[in-house]
This record gives sequence, structure tokens and C-alpha cells, in this order.
Amino acid sequence: MPEIRNYTVNFGPQHPAAHGVLRLVLEMDGEVVQRADPHVGLLHRATEKLAEYKIYNQSIPYMDRLDYVSMMVNEHAYVLAIEKLLGIEAPIRAQYIRVMFDEITRLLNHLMWLGTHALDVGAMTMFLYCFREREDLMDMYEAVSGARMHAAYYRPGGVYRDLPDSMPKYTETKYRDADEVKRMNANREGSLLDFIWDFTERFPGYVDEYETLLTDNRIWKQRTVGIGVVSPERALQLGFTGPMLRGSGIEWDLRKKQPYEVYDRLDFQIPIGVNGDCYDRYLVRVEEMRQSNRIIRQCVEWLRKNPGPVMLENHKITPPKRVEMKEQMEALIHHFKLFTEGYVLPEGEAYAAVEHPKGEFGIYLVSDGANKPYRLKIRPPGFIHLAAMDEMARGHMLADVVAIIGTMDIVFGEIDR
Amino acid sequence: MSAYYEELLETLQERLGEAVVAPRVAFGELTFETPPAKLLDTCRVLRDDDAFACAQLIDLCGVDYAEYGEQPWTGPRYAVVYHLLSIRHNHRIRLKCFIDGEPPRIDSVIDIWNSANWFEREAFDLFGILFEGHPDLRRILTDYGFVGHPFRKDFPLSGNVEMRYDPERQRVVYEPVTVEPRVNQPRIIRHDNRYLDPASEERGDA
Repeated sequence: MPEIRNYTVNFGPQHPAAHGVLRLVLEMDGEVVQRADPHVGLLHRATEKLAEYKIYNQSIPYMDRLDYVSMMVNEHAYVLAIEKLLGIEAPIRAQYIRVMFDEITRLLNHLMWLGTHALDVGAMTMFLYCFREREDLMDMYEAVSGARMHAAYYRPGGVYRDLPDSMPKYTETKYRDADEVKRMNANREGSLLDFIWDFTERFPGYVDEYETLLTDNRIWKQRTVGIGVVSPERALQLGFTGPMLRGSGIEWDLRKKQPYEVYDRLDFQIPIGVNGDCYDRYLVRVEEMRQSNRIIRQCVEWLRKNPGPVMLENHKITPPKRVEMKEQMEALIHHFKLFTEGYVLPEGEAYAAVEHPKGEFGIYLVSDGANKPYRLKIRPPGFIHLAAMDEMARGHMLADVVAIIGTMDIVFGEIDR
Repeated sequence: MSAYYEELLETLQERLGEAVVAPRVAFGELTFETPPAKLLDTCRVLRDDDAFACAQLIDLCGVDYAEYGEQPWTGPRYAVVYHLLSIRHNHRIRLKCFIDGEPPRIDSVIDIWNSANWFEREAFDLFGILFEGHPDLRRILTDYGFVGHPFRKDFPLSGNVEMRYDPERQRVVYEPVTVEPRVNQPRIIRHDNRYLDPASEERGDA
């Protein structure tokens, strides 16, 4: 009788389905997972410690680099925590802009998730389709902030600048003749809002395309139905939030339950799953994309009608205009003080959470009255979801581990911080 | 929202009695402290009592208070902060537990909320807080074989060792850091008039 021993497999950190730098030590009995032990931290940059040595505004770009597929939502939580302690509120137009870009970010994130998840499970086409739409969304980021990913666009007291009146356009090159350029620039003739509106007109059609490819696809269902089932009780106990919690059938969305900014004025619905498996979470996220599209359209309509300031005029916190600085002594002093010493926050602690595409993203800020945070704790949703890896993967086949990693929507920037 | 939390605070004091230390409602959030000995009982009440029903532990983190404020810190050096969320009542509660000692020790809440697992490993890794009763207290974020607890205030920002590939020995070697510590913007605690509490100003102790 030969001795039968469990086999230990190292999955990652360079495996393409590990979504970055996940090292997963799997104890296998044949092809069945007995224990999954994720090793994280390979992308640890000590963001929280770095923030303790920087004045508040200098940490905003670090937030982009946490979850690097949903950049502006990370900034949003950080900015909200500062605003909570300062006791200020952004102008209403800035709030609408923030909500609109939060939802654009949600589309960016869910498209990335859908593309890579489907690619891992074997549907190559999805990846190409999703990245086609991400291109347009990235252009919106670029038009508003100048950066395609790491925007640093939200600031305490509003957003960095108002929406631009024109979109950057393609130009003719050796490989693109005038006709082609004209076709590519067709929806870029108006303002950014026109471009976004044009996108929202097209987008539901795209989502239909994805669903045609996946929702009733036999292989897709075989790979996701009944995989990684989490009961609602376990989901709460394990600290799940966002689509992971809603996939298990618990109706909980911070945008509805603890609305921040202008979410209480907008009309949208929260999809929930029934079985708590990978397939339900897929359906939840796809429906969320449709709902995000609705929110974006409502924001565009409001923003078209209501011009106004996008940043507070309180120059102790927000920088004065360039023109004022050239003429007014006081504006110059404000500018100098703001960019050298920064502003101080009152002593106290605050926790601000937003409905991140992946779950609840929270910032816990402890201030001792200085111009730098005393302690900044980031509550990353992916970290908690990955902690449940062992429980979700146990008893499944090795190939299902890939589907479970996909359904968790793992991004290592936020898990390792 | 603050009025709701004031009411909740009264219920808390009624149910938990002496386990509620220094309760306050600030910035629309309810915070209270509890002595380490009573932590587990307090957490069980918070989870199971219908008035609180905090089914979720949203966040757990360590804080090192060694350099807090302008005056030297006299209280216990470390705090473990629990952020609880009740989905049924839609409220949040922040629970703090101050601990001292080297290494600081505290009971693990992993049996009450399973989501504490990685959070406690993280707090152990970064602050060196020992969670008694945790089944698998390993480092999580730092490198294999890392020495020290990097988020403590006495741990330098640039670390203690740096790493490079040594072509002669054909392996990665660790050496003391060569980075000069530098401060671009000094840390300033300024008493800003805008944040003074009007009530305390009248009393003249602001």
C-alpha cells in the first residue's frame, strides 16, 4: 500500500490568473484543494506610514495607487474623511462631478474585472471587448485630470478643476488618413459632457453584447454556478461588503443606506443575488454596470443645466486662483502657506466609507491637531475578501480556485497597501 | 445622526455599565473605550444584543500613541480600534481598547467575528500586538524574515536595512540603510481658532 500524501502547490506570485502578486500555497489531495493559504504583502509599500510623514494633500496621489483600477473612488474616501474632520462640504456641482466620476470608475473597475475574470475562465473575447470600452472611460479621466489612471482629481473642498469644454482629438499620422481621423473624432467635437453622454447612449448595447457572450453560455455557467458559495450568515461573519455581500442576497449598499454626496437625489437600484455563488456575483456586477450608466446620465443632465463653483473659496484649505496670486498679497500668502505647511485638522478621529466597486472602502483618520495625519488606516475591501479564500476554495478543484480569485475582484494595490 | 447616537450611547451605558469608558459622539460617530479585561464580554454584547446587533467587524487596526500631541503621552501606548457595523440598524460603533506592556497583549476577537483573522495578523505584523487565542498569528504584509514592527512610531520611515543583489556572492544581501533621514515639511500642531469649541472658549480654558 503506497503512502498517500497531500501535495503542496505554489500558485503564483507570477501566475497570470493570480491578478498581480498573489502567492497561494495550496495543499492538494489529487486535484481537490484541502487548504489554501494566500501569502500577500509582495506589493506592500506602507502607504499608511508614508502618509504620516506628509501633509494631507500630498497623500492624495498615494490613494490612486491603492486600488489602481478604481482610482478616484479611493481618493473620494480619503477626501471625505478630511472633510468630515474639517467640517466642510464641497459645492453641489463638485459633488455631482464626484458622483459621476465615481460611477465612471465603477464601470472601469467592473469592466476590468469582467474582462480578466472571463479570460481566466477561458473566454478570450470578453477581455478585448471590455478593454475597448475602458479606452473611452480612460479618455474621460484624461480629459478631466490630465492623467489616464492616477488622476489626483478630488481635493478636500471640491475637485481640482471644472469639466473641460472640449475633448482632446486624434490627429492625422502616417497610419491614419483624414477620413479615419474624422470618424474617430466624431464624438469628440463637443464638450466632455457630450462625450460622456454619447458613451452612455452606447454602453447598454455593449453590456448586452457581454451578456450574449456569457450569461447563457454553457461553459461559463459550468465554471461559475455553484462555485465559491457563501451563505448570507457567513458573508456577514467574514466581513464581506459590496458585490460579494450582495451576491449572497443581503441588500446593503452604502450609496443607498448611508448616502454620501448626492446619491440620495439620484434614481438607481441595487441588484442582489440569490445563491451566493460566482455566477450570482457576476450577474450582480453586470447589473451594477447598467445602474451606474443610469447614474452617469442623471449626473450629466444635472451638470449641463447647473454651472457653478467646483471648489470652496476657503483659501485656508483650497488654493487661490493663479490670477489672484499675481495681484493680491493675501492670495500669495495663502498659496505659500498651503503648499509649504498645509492645513491643520482639529484633534479627533473620523471614519469615512464609500461604496467602492469592490466593497466598502474606508479611511480611518486620527488627527492630533497637526498638519499631517497621526494615523491613517485604510480599510481595503479586497483584503477581507481574500482572507476568506481558504473557506471558499476548500473542497473545490484547482481550476475553480482561478474562478474564485476572479470573482473576488482582487487587486493587489489595495490589499498590500 | 448625532441625536440617534446619543440615544444609542445611553442604551450602551445601561447594558454594559462600567465597561463603557470615555464615551463620546464626535463628527457624527460614536466612540467608546473598554478595559482589555472586559473586551470579549463587551464584543459579545455588541454582536448579540438586539439593540446593537453589530454583525460585522468592518475594520480592526492598531494605533501607536507614543508621539501623540504636543505633551508626552502618559496613557497606555497602544490602542486597538474596532469599527463595527450593524446592517440591521444601520449604525456604526467604534470601540477602542488601550493596552500597554512589551509585547502588548490583548484577547483575540476571532471567535466573535471571523473577519478579525487577517486584521489581527496585520496589527501583529505592523505593531507587534499579540492577540491571544488567534490560531495563526503570522506576519502578513512584511517580507519573510522581517525584523521589527514597522508602524511603531520609533521605527524609522526609511527602515533599518536595505537590500541589493551582490554579484560576487550571487545572492541578495541585506545591509544597513544608507538613506539620510530628512524632513521636507515639519510637523506642526497649530491651534486654529476655527476649530475651537465655542462652549469651552466661554469657560476660558481654550
